Amino acid sequence: MALLEITDLHAALEDGGKPILKGVSLTIRPGEVHAVMGPNGAGKSTLSNVIAGRPGFVVTGGSVTYDGQDLLALDADARARAGVFLAFQYPVEIPGVATATFLKTAINARRKAAGEPEIEALEFLKRMKANAKALGVVEDMLKRPVNVGFSGGEKKRAEVLQMAMLEPRLCLLDETDSGLDIDALRVVADGVNALRGPDRGMLVITHYQRLLDYIVPDVVHVLVDGRIVKSGDKALALDLEAHGYAQFAGAAA
Amino acid sequence: MVATQETVERIAEATGRYKYGFITDIDSDKAPKGLNEDIVRFISAKKDEPDWLLEWRLKAYRHWLTMREPSWAKLGYPPIDYQDAYYYAAPKSPEDAPKSLDEVDPELLRTYEKLGIPLREQEMLAGVAVDAVFDSVSVATTYKKKLEDMGVIFCPISEAVQRYPELVQRYLGSVVPYSDNFFATLNSAVFTDGSFVYVPKGLRCPMELSTYFRINERNTGQFERTLIIADEGSYVSYLEGCTAPQRDENQLHAAVVELVTMDDAEIKYSTVQNWYPGDENGKGGIYNFVTKRGACRGRDSKIMWTQVETGSAITWKYPSCILQGDNSVGEFYSVAITNNAQQADTGTKMIHIGKNTRSRVISKGIAAGRADQTYRGLVRMMPKAEGARNYTQCDSLLIGDRCGAHTVPYIETRNPTAQVEHEATTSRISDDQLFYCLQRGIPQEDAVTLIVNGFCKEVLQTLPMEFAVEAQKLVGVSLEGSVG
Ligand SMILES: Nc1ncnc2c1ncn2[C@@H]1O[C@H](COP(=O)(O)OP(=O)(O)OP(=O)(O)O)[C@@H](O)[C@H]1O
Ligand SMILES: [Mg+2]
Repeated sequence: MALLEITDLHAALEDGGKPILKGVSLTIRPGEVHAVMGPNGAGKSTLSNVIAGRPGFVVTGGSVTYDGQDLLALDADARARAGVFLAFQYPVEIPGVATATFLKTAINARRKAAGEPEIEALEFLKRMKANAKALGVVEDMLKRPVNVGFSGGEKKRAEVLQMAMLEPRLCLLDETDSGLDIDALRVVADGVNALRGPDRGMLVITHYQRLLDYIVPDVVHVLVDGRIVKSGDKALALDLEAHGYAQFAGAAA
Repeated sequence: MVATQETVERIAEATGRYKYGFITDIDSDKAPKGLNEDIVRFISAKKDEPDWLLEWRLKAYRHWLTMREPSWAKLGYPPIDYQDAYYYAAPKSPEDAPKSLDEVDPELLRTYEKLGIPLREQEMLAGVAVDAVFDSVSVATTYKKKLEDMGVIFCPISEAVQRYPELVQRYLGSVVPYSDNFFATLNSAVFTDGSFVYVPKGLRCPMELSTYFRINERNTGQFERTLIIADEGSYVSYLEGCTAPQRDENQLHAAVVELVTMDDAEIKYSTVQNWYPGDENGKGGIYNFVTKRGACRGRDSKIMWTQVETGSAITWKYPSCILQGDNSVGEFYSVAITNNAQQADTGTKMIHIGKNTRSRVISKGIAAGRADQTYRGLVRMMPKAEGARNYTQCDSLLIGDRCGAHTVPYIETRNPTAQVEHEATTSRISDDQLFYCLQRGIPQEDAVTLIVNGFCKEVLQTLPMEFAVEAQKLVGVSLEGSVG
């Protein structure tokens, strides 16, 4: 069974009704990594936001099925607890809430919903330290409030750290590579690769084929003006790098 | 020395929500309804008070008759009929107050159990002595012996009147005079009980002193009177928390707290105020008119107020510091949460009299529902306050668009070398913050709690551990239903 099946998805801005997604279809099977590329404003973030259930968008047509269930019927928090994780393009600051506290709250929210007891303090600490180390996140950062005063690169690392801690089944990564220096890109990509597994699916949004050298996708989609205009293998990313999106101008019209 | 986690959690749970709509039916012997000189005399006689105290009460009562209820606060409530309340109620047989917990009325013990703070358990709250105020007469005091051995006096003020009359007479009304304001004057006339603390010279009291208040008698005004004196070079941390059962009538609560610090002494006074806020329309909630004031009499002394105000239908409260001693320090940390129809007009007064006195005010106001909230703060630099400094930071967080937050700072400087700094912000919980939490699987209400606790962190972290746990939980419960 597919992990995520998006069929002819149409979505518009709630405010004003401007259509953004104009019939997107794609299927991610467990174990697969799909990359989405496309020009600014094409609707890539919107796609990930609609999957995650962000308010402000209305689905005007089509369906999204996750692990056999109608994902659109679930509230955003229920989707997250069901295993959908979004690494934000612009991670949000939460003043006064330590990153570690935030993560623990998130983990325990899942556990509570699953009828499990709260995570042991020691186990949590052990896992957090291990993950932080792997992602080159200094422990001091975990004591600081969520994303407050983090540099652009630190925010992205922190997103991947959260992803590693929450062990989602579907990872949506929205430009997780932007803002990272070359070394950090490698570290973060290693972190993401470590999460690749037979049960997990990923949707990786990026502008740079460089990332795809590290996180090698099974499928690459080109999203232009709210539609997937082309899908292919990794070679498609190289082709885009060489020729840009002008070739799809007609397709998008 | 730390209370067991279980106990802490139980207290947090118990004070966290009003699921208990029970009212204990211990027979009270009450004064008749209404207020007149006879009632004042009755209260004084019940407590077997010395003449000076009766006279003081009567002076207050006569003065009160000449006063008008203040109307400057941004509060709206129907007129209070002061003749329609009872001013004295005591559990059965106050004459033979229990010598130990075993002698406490089992009904009362059960009430505590429902509240999650059975007295037996309290003994295990290592380091916390509890002077439990039930209705108007304190019926149980623990750890008194241990504290007494160290020279600390911690007892009901009615007992202090009997045992340490000279101390009480010297300090009672010395910070909040009987004529101070309408509610304090009323309290002076009819106060029934409260706590008395004296910490001797040079002693750092190793235990947190704690009082759990509870209103438990229908139509009974609560007039607590607390007096804390920290002698030279001493330190004490005092915790006050309260919870009340569900009820219909509005209840008047007019407490007075007086603090005095001598040279190099410090008092840390923490409150979690969780009186019944009333239903969604505020019906049945407590009217909380409190006068709290500390005098830093000595040089280099310090008074620190921390308050977490989540309850009551009406809150009128301005814990203040009179910084008389040179180099003395006053601090005020406040979280006020108003939801539904709750109204709060709260803040502080920092009166700088001595040289190089410093004050710091951190106020976090959260309004949700249709609630209204005002921070009202006075900073006054007197002519002799050379080099005095104040820093005030006042942040408001709004949840939803039907609530209001207002900041009313009064700054009076009569010394050119004094510095006053005031910062104020108003913000809302952003949709982005909420979605970020939801996307991590945190349910909406928990997300609001988390964000609000983050907003209040600077204040909550000044609370002693046990209280911090309780307060964080309260924050969440107080905001239930405020979003979505
Ligand atoms: N909340 C919003 N309010 C107004 N317009 C929006 C909103 N969200 C998205 N849009 C618009 O929808 C379109 C698609 O935006 P989206 O963020 O999905 O693009 P993107 O493909 O992720 O672009 P980028 O590569 O720049 O991140 C843009 O025109 C954008 O301005
Ligand atoms: Mg984007």
